[in-house]
Amino acid sequence: MRVVSQPVRKKDALELVTGQPVYTQDIAPPDCLVVKILRSPHAHALITSIDTGAAAELPGIACVLTYKDVPNQRFTLAGQTFPEPSPYDRLILDQHLRFVGDAVAIVAGENEKTVERALKRIKVSYEVLEPLLDFRTAKDNQVLIHPEANWRSLCEVGADNKRNLCASNEEKAGDVDAVIAGCDWVVEQTYHTRANQQVTMETFRTWTCWEPSGKLTCVTSTQIPFHVRRILSNALALPEAQIRVVKPRIGGGFGAKQTAVTEIYPALVTIKTGKPALLVYSRRESLIAASSRHENEITVRLGANKHGVIRGIDMYTLSNTGAYGEHGPTTVGLTGHKSLPLYGKVEAFRFRYDVVYTNVLSAGAYRGYGATQGTFALESAVNELAQKMKMDPVKLRELNMVREGAVMPAYYGEKLNSCALDRCLAKAQEMIGWENKYPRVELENGKVRSVGVAMAMQGSSIANVDTAAVRITVNDQGCYALEIGATDMGTGCDTILAQIAAECLNCSVEQISVSGVDTDVSPYDSGSYASSTTYLTGTVVIRTCETLIDKIRTNGARYMGCPVDDVIFDGAGVHRTDGSEAMRLAELVQAGADLSALESYCSPVSPPPFAVGMAEIEIDKETGVVELIDFVAVIDCGTPINTNLVRVQAEGGIAQGIGMALYENVVYSEQGRNMSNSLLQYKIPTRLDVGKIRVAFESSYEPTGPFGAKSIGEVVINTPAPAIANAVCNGVQVQVRELPITAEKIYNGTKQ
Amino acid sequence: MNVDLWINDEKITKEIDGDAMLLDFLRDHGCLSVKRGCETSNCGLCTVIMDDKPVLSCSTLVARAAGKHIYTLEGLQAEAQAFGECLADQGAEQCGFCNPGLVLTVLAMVRELKHPSDAQINDYLSGNLCRCSGYMGQLRGIRDYLQKKGGEKK
Repeated sequence: MRVVSQPVRKKDALELVTGQPVYTQDIAPPDCLVVKILRSPHAHALITSIDTGAAAELPGIACVLTYKDVPNQRFTLAGQTFPEPSPYDRLILDQHLRFVGDAVAIVAGENEKTVERALKRIKVSYEVLEPLLDFRTAKDNQVLIHPEANWRSLCEVGADNKRNLCASNEEKAGDVDAVIAGCDWVVEQTYHTRANQQVTMETFRTWTCWEPSGKLTCVTSTQIPFHVRRILSNALALPEAQIRVVKPRIGGGFGAKQTAVTEIYPALVTIKTGKPALLVYSRRESLIAASSRHENEITVRLGANKHGVIRGIDMYTLSNTGAYGEHGPTTVGLTGHKSLPLYGKVEAFRFRYDVVYTNVLSAGAYRGYGATQGTFALESAVNELAQKMKMDPVKLRELNMVREGAVMPAYYGEKLNSCALDRCLAKAQEMIGWENKYPRVELENGKVRSVGVAMAMQGSSIANVDTAAVRITVNDQGCYALEIGATDMGTGCDTILAQIAAECLNCSVEQISVSGVDTDVSPYDSGSYASSTTYLTGTVVIRTCETLIDKIRTNGARYMGCPVDDVIFDGAGVHRTDGSEAMRLAELVQAGADLSALESYCSPVSPPPFAVGMAEIEIDKETGVVELIDFVAVIDCGTPINTNLVRVQAEGGIAQGIGMALYENVVYSEQGRNMSNSLLQYKIPTRLDVGKIRVAFESSYEPTGPFGAKSIGEVVINTPAPAIANAVCNGVQVQVRELPITAEKIYNGTKQ
Repeated sequence: MNVDLWINDEKITKEIDGDAMLLDFLRDHGCLSVKRGCETSNCGLCTVIMDDKPVLSCSTLVARAAGKHIYTLEGLQAEAQAFGECLADQGAEQCGFCNPGLVLTVLAMVRELKHPSDAQINDYLSGNLCRCSGYMGQLRGIRDYLQKKGGEKK
């Protein structure tokens, strides 16, 4: 192919590397009010009185807003298609405070110093309530996080605010108890994953203003501009038609910006004052008051016959959604739906879950979205089975893995039309030198080198839910304008979609311009999340190109006065089959032809991409310190559309997975104060911590995807934690079941 | 207090608050490439060049920059592009938010180290965090840039 499967440079590359002012804060009007938020010092409290007088009277303060100033209608900040599965459990400001950092008041003023001073002059009295901090005791606890009468759940997800339940469900196929009872080998263990932070380099930020037309404009760093429009409408009781959301370049997403973290605050200020307003979260606020990964405790019970064939899997996930329910009911589903189908010979499965409210930071979306947690649990359990059977974990997987053509009962009964998982495993084994290194090599310096393995899958868009529309217009110069509602968050989707269009339209990527998202202009797209953009929006680009080419040929026939069958589209324009006559695209447009097409699509399936990860580590047996030497990942994302960008997606996701495996954790004090509130305490990997990350691709061809493509963005984060845990076990026989895998846990394990 | 300093070779004389930080001062003077990623001197996003050395502008008082020459990407566009293209050819610029700090630190490194090894490069840049790339593509881009630069000299 000419343009697809090539290492095309990102369209915005030169702007970014030369530091052009393209991000939200860079393009804010200079006269924006500075917006800041007063936050709760208590994990659970009621505001008994709040006196804003001394703050409001400071010169330069435009407004001080409290719960008395906001509409009493609940909403969710989750960026999901309506009706959202996440419960409507929030107000912009609430009298009931549910975690340390919950918003108490909003202050807006002329400059930062004045606003900071005003924050200190607000006098608040609290009735401190008993906090609920242990998610294991949350269900049916007498302490209720959301007792309010106007809490509501829009979808049947098993939510019940009188039981602290954000969601609850059970799914099964076959009789898992009977199948496991008949197994020769049974493993039952509980695994604990933590509330990791996405840590986008650009923290959350939004500015808002009134347009003369009477519209609220919201310019924001988001993955979900169309959902933000609805969320603002819900929160502010303002019609959607009066809200316009614009997404400029954004400094990283990873799911963090699939929740509307900051938009509501400056929007309220602009409505109250009529003035433009800017809110930029500090790193501290981003770590204490945004949305982390859901902390999960997952119990896996699996059974295998004497040969190692896995016959039954029983999984129970307890998920901690924290103070609010954003993405709670949906992330938990992926812990099972996107791990269990990896094993293709299972005769029966059961998957149960509860999602509970507690008085900690609200969880949300983070790359992997539950699949990451489920994969850590299931892959660790499979590795424990291998350990128990004294079988090579690679061999165990070769025996059990799902294969192309399988129907997957735990994955909505979808048929697997593309799968190169077997080739991924073989290639990874070869790349890392598994045969010579498994399970361990003792070094002369007292250290040990060992290897570990894990497999993973994800989806490609949410089947029957995610929708994308694309419009392509030929302009008067004969070039194309590609309009999308999908949001490039640095991953390069603007370029990837232009590559797909260029391939279809037989032109160069440079001939296709792509603009950012503006909800007043851009065609609807549910947003860039759930690994949907390349697969779903990419498919729509192809369909739109087909419609456009038909239109170009029809117009060519009209203007050249010949039958359509006699007209060939050649990229530059149209010509007649005998070459007797031709018109360039620009000529057609100038002659008055309407050359634009709009298509939209919602996929009935969500084909999984696959990955195999293998880690080689060195463990100091005296201290338990782990050094990552080499991480190999082999991925089947179908056809890679941009060979550079898929590689960097993989490398970046693996680095995040390494952080999750080895050190990232949100730690709370006994009173529920988030201690991991800066990059000093919440450590993400530096370039000295990631060792060598090596990525290769074994591509299957997905018949429903654009040029055979599936997704890449999320599957890549899932293997590091279980693969590194497995390497630790293969090295020093310590199975760490609670992340992160610290030196302390390994050391203590070796002493037992 | 009153300070004199040079931003990208332009002399600025200004009355400032004693606690004014260089990062905010630079952004107020139109250097919007300078970004803040934390408040704890961990991320390297706010790196600028002060008298040939990379410094963190988030934790440098404007008062300390008095009499000094400060360079941001706005004043080093040609060099930024030369290295930036190598980064872009790996797809490693990604979201771009850490790029200005990284690019300036790489430009400082090139002036300071002759033929750095991968270990020296990683060591020099260890204070420049990136959450998108996993660092491998950045290293490939830097090696490519060093090779091209070496080729030019010959």
